[in-house]
Amino acid sequence: MQMRFKGKAITSMLGILPETVGLFDDEVGNYSFPPKQTLRLKKVMGFNQHRLAKDSTTVSDLALEGMKYILAKGWIKKEEIGAVVVATLCPDYFVPHISNIIHGECGLSEDVICMDIPQGCCGFLLGLMQSFMLLEHMNSRKVVLINGDVLSHKVSKRDRNDFPLIGDAATISIVENDAEAEEIYFELNTDGSRREALIIPAGAFRTPSNAETAVMHDLGDGNFRSLDNMHMDGSGVFNFVQTEVPPMIEHAFKEAGKTVDDIDCFLFHQPNRFMLQKLAEKANLPFDKLPMNLVENYGNPSGASIPLTAILNYKDELLKEKKMCCLSAFGSGLTWGAMFMEIGKLGHCEMIETEL
Amino acid sequence: MNDILAMLAELKPEFNFEESSDFVMDGLLDSFDIISLTSMLEEKYNITVDGLDIVPENFCSVEAIAGLVKKSGGNI
Repeated sequence: MQMRFKGKAITSMLGILPETVGLFDDEVGNYSFPPKQTLRLKKVMGFNQHRLAKDSTTVSDLALEGMKYILAKGWIKKEEIGAVVVATLCPDYFVPHISNIIHGECGLSEDVICMDIPQGCCGFLLGLMQSFMLLEHMNSRKVVLINGDVLSHKVSKRDRNDFPLIGDAATISIVENDAEAEEIYFELNTDGSRREALIIPAGAFRTPSNAETAVMHDLGDGNFRSLDNMHMDGSGVFNFVQTEVPPMIEHAFKEAGKTVDDIDCFLFHQPNRFMLQKLAEKANLPFDKLPMNLVENYGNPSGASIPLTAILNYKDELLKEKKMCCLSAFGSGLTWGAMFMEIGKLGHCEMIETEL
Repeated sequence: MNDILAMLAELKPEFNFEESSDFVMDGLLDSFDIISLTSMLEEKYNITVDGLDIVPENFCSVEAIAGLVKKSGGNI
């Protein structure tokens, strides 16, 4: 599906990080692989350190910390908020939704639309798409887009394939109408037949969690995982990214009428350094415009990865100037998408840490 | 070929690769080993391995790995 949006802009971005840092060097002993072999992955994959939320912390906790911050700092007034959109894989509850929790805790007015989108790696793109569509009906009111996950709670600490790369975080983006904004091009693709490449097998209605689903299994490859844990078919996802994403980027460039030289920065989802390098090589994208450093600094925070990458690498520049950005994400679903949009001259752009 | 065997021995010293007919099927190399080995091959032979070539069949034997190096422009 291809879409074009006119007169829409991101005007502020906030990253919220739990203060606890997990160091890969300290975790090597948790895995049943020879340490030397595991440490070899440090450079190749970008495993270094990741942010871990406390066991009791939920996405709404991180998001509320951010909401209190931006309201207190005057980034937005309560009465300016027309909608709260939350994209996450980690609901506090099946019911109520995180957007409703935010609404209640922040004391927003009754005519504010609240919406949760259960999405993973493409959560920022899907969240923006939804925000842009809502803004068609909002005049001067704004959308608060929240992306966040605490997937470290759902990944086995004895799973060397998944745990080192996972990071917990949330972001808040203020999205609003802006008559001066450049047209935004967006395309999104889905292949549900490969949906099990990223899966948490138990815990919802199909297979509710119980004592049996919590039992850790030796998977025979040195990793230990239960059915309550998230599993990623690394080879399958790698092959998917290499096969599907480069032609999509090429197609998006044609449709948007842009070339690589028109792009100031490529803000891509951050699965790991190796996958991004191979993707950049395959798609002929310049390494110096495509940051690959989120996993080594904070871990892969799923849907929050694109805004966090922007804040980590371009915070000061995005406050001063507009940049033509190519956003791309790929992951659970399987879903993959690309968006061309100008981001910059932001009112605010910050990263904060919390004890949560 | 000996260079590749030496690399495999460095990567997974606990296995004897000369006794295996399929490194991946026999469990000597998993997907993360393949990533590590790809990085080692790129450094050693000054090559760039195409992402689409990082598939198990190109890492199942010394001959397959050597073929991958040649396909990627390396002298072996």
